[in-house]
Amino acid sequence: MADFTSGFWDYYIAAITLLGIIGCGILLWAQSKAKVGKRSDINVDTTGHVWDQDLTELNTPMPRWWMWLFYITIVFALAYLVLYPGLGSYAGKLGWSSTGNYQTELKQAEADYGPLFAQYQQQDLKAVAADPKARAIGERLFLTYCAQCHGSDARGNKGFPNLTDKDWLFGGAPETIKQTILHGRIGAMPPMGAAVGSEKDIENVAHYVLSLSGSTSDPIKAVFGKSKFGACMACHGADAKGNPALGAPNLTDKIWLFGGSADTIMETIRNGRTATMPAFGDFLGDAKVHVLAAYIWSLSNDVNAPVVTAATEPVVAPTAEAAK
Amino acid sequence: MSAPEEQVIKMYAAREEIYPRETAGRYARLRWLFVWLTQLAFYGTPWLQWNDRQALLFDLTTRKFYIFGMVLWPQDFIYLAVLLIISAYLLFLATAVAGRVWCGFTCPQTVYTEIFLWIERKIEGKRSARMLLDRQPWSVGKLSKKTAKHLAWGAVALWTGFTFVGYFTPIRDLLVEVQTFDFGPWEWFWVLFYAFATYGNAGWMREQVCKYMCPYARFQSSMFDKDTLIITYDTERGEPRGPRNKHAVLQTGSCIDCSMCVQVCPTGIDIRNGLQYECIGCAACVDACNGVMDKIGEPRGLIRYSTDRALAEHLSPAEIRRRTWRPRVRIYTAVLCLIVAGAGAALYLRVPLKMDVIRDRGAMGREVEDGMIENVYRLQIMNTTESAHTYRITVGGIDTLALVTPAIVRMEATETRAVPIRLRTAHGAAHQGSNKIEVSLTSVDDPALHVTETAVFIVPR
Repeated sequence: MADFTSGFWDYYIAAITLLGIIGCGILLWAQSKAKVGKRSDINVDTTGHVWDQDLTELNTPMPRWWMWLFYITIVFALAYLVLYPGLGSYAGKLGWSSTGNYQTELKQAEADYGPLFAQYQQQDLKAVAADPKARAIGERLFLTYCAQCHGSDARGNKGFPNLTDKDWLFGGAPETIKQTILHGRIGAMPPMGAAVGSEKDIENVAHYVLSLSGSTSDPIKAVFGKSKFGACMACHGADAKGNPALGAPNLTDKIWLFGGSADTIMETIRNGRTATMPAFGDFLGDAKVHVLAAYIWSLSNDVNAPVVTAATEPVVAPTAEAAK
Repeated sequence: MSAPEEQVIKMYAAREEIYPRETAGRYARLRWLFVWLTQLAFYGTPWLQWNDRQALLFDLTTRKFYIFGMVLWPQDFIYLAVLLIISAYLLFLATAVAGRVWCGFTCPQTVYTEIFLWIERKIEGKRSARMLLDRQPWSVGKLSKKTAKHLAWGAVALWTGFTFVGYFTPIRDLLVEVQTFDFGPWEWFWVLFYAFATYGNAGWMREQVCKYMCPYARFQSSMFDKDTLIITYDTERGEPRGPRNKHAVLQTGSCIDCSMCVQVCPTGIDIRNGLQYECIGCAACVDACNGVMDKIGEPRGLIRYSTDRALAEHLSPAEIRRRTWRPRVRIYTAVLCLIVAGAGAALYLRVPLKMDVIRDRGAMGREVEDGMIENVYRLQIMNTTESAHTYRITVGGIDTLALVTPAIVRMEATETRAVPIRLRTAHGAAHQGSNKIEVSLTSVDDPALHVTETAVFIVPR
């Protein structure tokens, strides 16, 4: 995309560049010799500069190769401008670009590390999760790409789910986790204030929801809230256990994505919630996502692999070779 | 004056070839000693082994710098800076005491020029033979001599380039690759570039490097004073110069104007004109003049190491030595000793383990079961030793602060890894807002491997 709509500036910059180079050449040529008055009184070369009537400057010539070096830089500059982009919008004979350079490096990295990931891609996700080397790679990928939202310990944050528990908004099967990473998810709860009713009704529903998981709640408000819960059943189900197909959370456990106080739940009902998990498929590619999904699944499942040694404390698996 | 006649002068001039005459004597021997010492070190060191790896290897791809028993990382860059500072102060000190001794005896430009000149002498002959050869028209004989010289120079240069790259890529692998010409593009570039630089600088550029390119040559004069040892011509004793005449008794000085001192000079100056910026202090003229003085039965030392003050005030060598220990030299020595001692202590006390504590920025802190407050951190751990270690993580700074995640971490040799940890404290043990805490890492097998870093624990308001 051009910064300017007119081609004028391209020519303007190209002209300045070329004139500058040619100017340097002329300056160099003009300064390599000088016409001076011949002096009969002294027998040495001077530059012809005279100060205070009789002060002259000795001519101490620079080595000639030095001058040739200057000419070589001019030739270099011209050759560079032919080969590489530099003259306005001219792209250069080599067609080099920083984006192209980046793509080449990406391809090189793909060629270097591709086979490692391809090998895991062939395996079942649970088999990958059982491989400590793969988990170590997965951990590095997670710390690089996922930890910003889900935290270094994968336990999430307000609005970002905890990945180490058994509670999954869209389903916790390894293949489902992979789909979530590949294509992303949008978890949307519409504002339900109007559907539920008055502010009093909203408070009652909130207390009913709290009572479902046995959390502290006002039993009387909960009884009144139950009658208004019908508005929520379409997504959360009659038993309030949620619906992974819609990403509707289970309301009968004590896990709250946005907070579990009565006030927060009321706010959720009133205004709704929207949370987005971006799609990483295009960015990371299927093979890396495969390893990543296996690692994330391993956080909340027994991979039946960790070798329990005699050591009393668990040892974090080594990763040096794996992540190279 | 009548109308001035005009002439054209050139601001650039072709170099006049210098044919240094070979010398023999104390300083020539000293220079050859340094040629051997420096080149044995340069060509030999990459071949030394240390525990199954190259003893000295600067691995740029993995950014690990192996120096015998030590592995330096980019984080240890300060040691390179200190090394350069020490080198600079050594140069200052040496220059203040004895002038440009570095230039004359150990500088690679001098050393390689000496080697290349030796090859030139072996193939083209002595000074007069070389001058004659260059004046002759091209012939088979001249062509074969010149070809042989450049081939020999090229061989030395290529080996130098190969050795140079051998400091950055394991040289034994490089030796296998060279047999099949299996270098990578960058290996080719650096071998050839360094070889070209050696060939060009020592074969063609020679004294021009010192005269027109080297910055040290120029600023060393600012370290000179009246008590700095320099190569001097004793004008009082030498002048008036002139040839000896057996028949007439003439009032002449010791200098017989044989021009030997000019012929041996690698930078083509006449030392009898006094101290000049071109003089690299190689003392070749001292050797040459002493030889001549021996022949004509005069005492040595018409050209000698002396100082400005000694010449003016006729000081004895003992007095010159006494004046060496002057404030400038004392200050250089003191600074040098301080830096060397500091760097030595820092290297000795260096813990080959590094850790950064990075608090997760996504969350301020969370309340978990039983009202405990939890913060999440990432420990960026670098085991900079060449053996695997098991470390224990400990935390402190707040009462009841405890680690929830495993406390034991195993790191492979020279491994870098991020280890997520969770810390918990009881509600009320820390005040709201940020609290200073300490995270320590101690090797289970070697308690000397220990680092402590501070971090912040946040209790949400």
